[in-house]
Amino acid sequence: MRAVHAALALIAALMLGTAARAFDMEEDHVFPAATAQVAQLSILSTTDTAVFGPLIAAYQARHPGVAVRYTVASSQQIYLAVTAAAAPGYDVVISSAMDLQMKLANDGYARAHALPPGVALPGWAQWQDRLFAFAQEPVVVLLSRAALKGLALPHTRRDLIALLRDDPDRFRGRVGTYDVRASGTGYLFATQEARQSDSFWRLAEVMGTLAPRLYTSSADMIADLKSGALVLATNVIGSYAAPQFPPGSDGQIVELQDLTLTLLRTAFIPRTAQRPDLGGGFIDFLLGPEGYRLILASGLPPIGGAAFSDAPHLRPIRLDPGLLVYLDRLKRQNFLEEWTAALVRH
Amino acid sequence: MRSAALSLRQRLMLQLLVIAAVLAVLLYLTVRTVAGRAAEATQDGILGAATIAIAEQLRGSEAGVSVDIPYSAFSILGSISEDRIFYRIDVAGQTLTGYDDLPLPPKPPQGQAPVYYTSDYKQAEVRISAVSRPVLVANRVEPVLVMVGQTRLGQAAIAAQVAKVAAGLGIGFFAIALVLSLVSARSVLRPIDLLAAAVGRRGPRDLRSVEHPTPKELRPLVVSLNGFIARLRAALSRTETFIAEAAHHIRTPLATVRTQTEIALRQSEDEATRRTLRAVIRAVEESSRSAGQLLDHATVIYRAERLADEALDLAGVVRGVTEALRPTAELKDIALRLDAPGPVPVRGDRMLLESAVRNLLDNAVKYSPDDSEIGIAVRAEGARATLRVQDRGRGLGGKAKADLAERFHRGGNVADVVGSGLGLTIVEEVATAHGGSFDLSDREGGGTCALFTLPLR
Repeated sequence: MRAVHAALALIAALMLGTAARAFDMEEDHVFPAATAQVAQLSILSTTDTAVFGPLIAAYQARHPGVAVRYTVASSQQIYLAVTAAAAPGYDVVISSAMDLQMKLANDGYARAHALPPGVALPGWAQWQDRLFAFAQEPVVVLLSRAALKGLALPHTRRDLIALLRDDPDRFRGRVGTYDVRASGTGYLFATQEARQSDSFWRLAEVMGTLAPRLYTSSADMIADLKSGALVLATNVIGSYAAPQFPPGSDGQIVELQDLTLTLLRTAFIPRTAQRPDLGGGFIDFLLGPEGYRLILASGLPPIGGAAFSDAPHLRPIRLDPGLLVYLDRLKRQNFLEEWTAALVRH
Repeated sequence: MRSAALSLRQRLMLQLLVIAAVLAVLLYLTVRTVAGRAAEATQDGILGAATIAIAEQLRGSEAGVSVDIPYSAFSILGSISEDRIFYRIDVAGQTLTGYDDLPLPPKPPQGQAPVYYTSDYKQAEVRISAVSRPVLVANRVEPVLVMVGQTRLGQAAIAAQVAKVAAGLGIGFFAIALVLSLVSARSVLRPIDLLAAAVGRRGPRDLRSVEHPTPKELRPLVVSLNGFIARLRAALSRTETFIAEAAHHIRTPLATVRTQTEIALRQSEDEATRRTLRAVIRAVEESSRSAGQLLDHATVIYRAERLADEALDLAGVVRGVTEALRPTAELKDIALRLDAPGPVPVRGDRMLLESAVRNLLDNAVKYSPDDSEIGIAVRAEGARATLRVQDRGRGLGGKAKADLAERFHRGGNVADVVGSGLGLTIVEEVATAHGGSFDLSDREGGGTCALFTLPLR
């Protein structure tokens, strides 16, 4: 219910441009400085502390006098916090909700930052000198091998539709996907998929007949698949699933061959940053060779154009103002109506 | 009068360069303006297309106006430049969706075409396209205004790039103009340089009119110059004719005076009277000699311009003059020893050469003490014909030959000898006119050695 509430607040914010309420944080952790503290770097992020911990430790090894405050919140809360200036003082904002990040940058909430000469980021992985992507993550389908019991593994949306249609009893009540009304990330995946794939609405219709379970995070879907509550989950962030389902386990990770969206995790320095120099330094560190190595070690795929030429089904969600379109009030309203009609049967 | 001190080349260069600089700046400004307008027109075109694409998605119903913004409308704008995008859709003055504080057009758009305007929004300069469409809502026609704005970073980047190219063009144009100006100034001024060189090459006595080919613009100058030369030549010629006439008119009566005085001397018996008469004769002799030298000099100057060019034997000339001078020398008991073993062929003007040799020998006789000897040697040495005259006179007295050969200049040690100071001048002028040389030096054991040379034939 909290998520729905937040979504309503987001809609209000998108309409009015401001929101008066303070934001809800999920985690708030301070990594103290190794030596006498000379400064504090504050990071507002959607990424779990567990994933980012090693990166922060490595950063602090280089800058022992800097304490790091790491706050985790949902992408909508982050959007609200930045636009309402409810959370001043954050020096870096990291989020996987590309559309909201894009809107923040477009509306002038991001500060310009020049990357150092040694750091080369492809053009598609940054917008102006404000928004920088540091990880590219495929959006995958999760399946329970045990539940499939000998059926052929689906490789495309067409396969998936046929699988669900041919054996509805096996999947009824056991398919999961994002509740796009409540999850910004889910909304981004659904709108981009609807835009780029002809099969999206047919798949939605078929899933709608199977009493789907709706989630607000990939982690919850992964947990339910592991517990056996789900046999199929769509639009799961692949980098979260991979460590949970090593080869040989029950969970099967499928990158659909007709189209697999690739999410760019982006960072920017907000205009209200207290130490924009530290924020810029952290972004440089993330995109530098050491950051690249650590991102890879943390399980997030770092930025690299080779992935797209090697796997043509991978398509990055483009970091451009087109992302603003689905944030339009009317567009969002229309999409949610259609989506609800397809997925949610009362 | 600083400008008068500038050379023609400097003036020409300066003016050409000022013109080139003005043109280069004009070129720069023109390219910038045109390219800036083109970039703006391009941005306007894309913005207008996006606005119309959105306007075409407007739908009216009983419930109101709805719009389905096409993804490509913004995506295409975003793919052309990384500019920020803003939009606003108003129905009858109420914001339906988008940025409700995006500035409205200065006046509402009419017809189908979008209007474009520039405004400040969210700390940036924004170019906005606005289009109006009537939409039927519940049997009522509502005006719907669609606005799409974009920051101008892309355009600014293009403008900066164009400015760089335009500046390069301007500088390149100026550099080419600089080189061409140099070439052109040189080529235009070349006839003047050539004329100046042609006039400068002339010898000091060359008074021919200037016949150098010159461009039309320089003709008046050359004509004036030639007129001036002609007048100078006429004046010079008149002066020389006058001197020659005067010398002639003086010499003839002097000869008469001398004859009469000699007769008077022979008839007189009073010693005082005879002394006086002898002094008169000496004075008349010197006067006559001076007049003769003046005449010679005038002749030399006159003839030097149109030198007779005949084949001569220098030895023969010297011999003739020596024989003519021998009686005068014998009056002072001076022996003239001529050493001319063979003919020495030269080309030249007999009259002038005779005059030069006569003056040379005359000088030697004049400044030699009584009862001495004068050596005269004529030789062909290498490519030169040489005439050496050696006496036991009083030498140069420390004076340089250049001074002694100057017109009317005499040595410092000859106050007791009558002379005009023209003799050596004549010798020098004849030598120069024939391409020869003349030099004086002190002789070992006292006296002077005069060396007169001519090119051998």
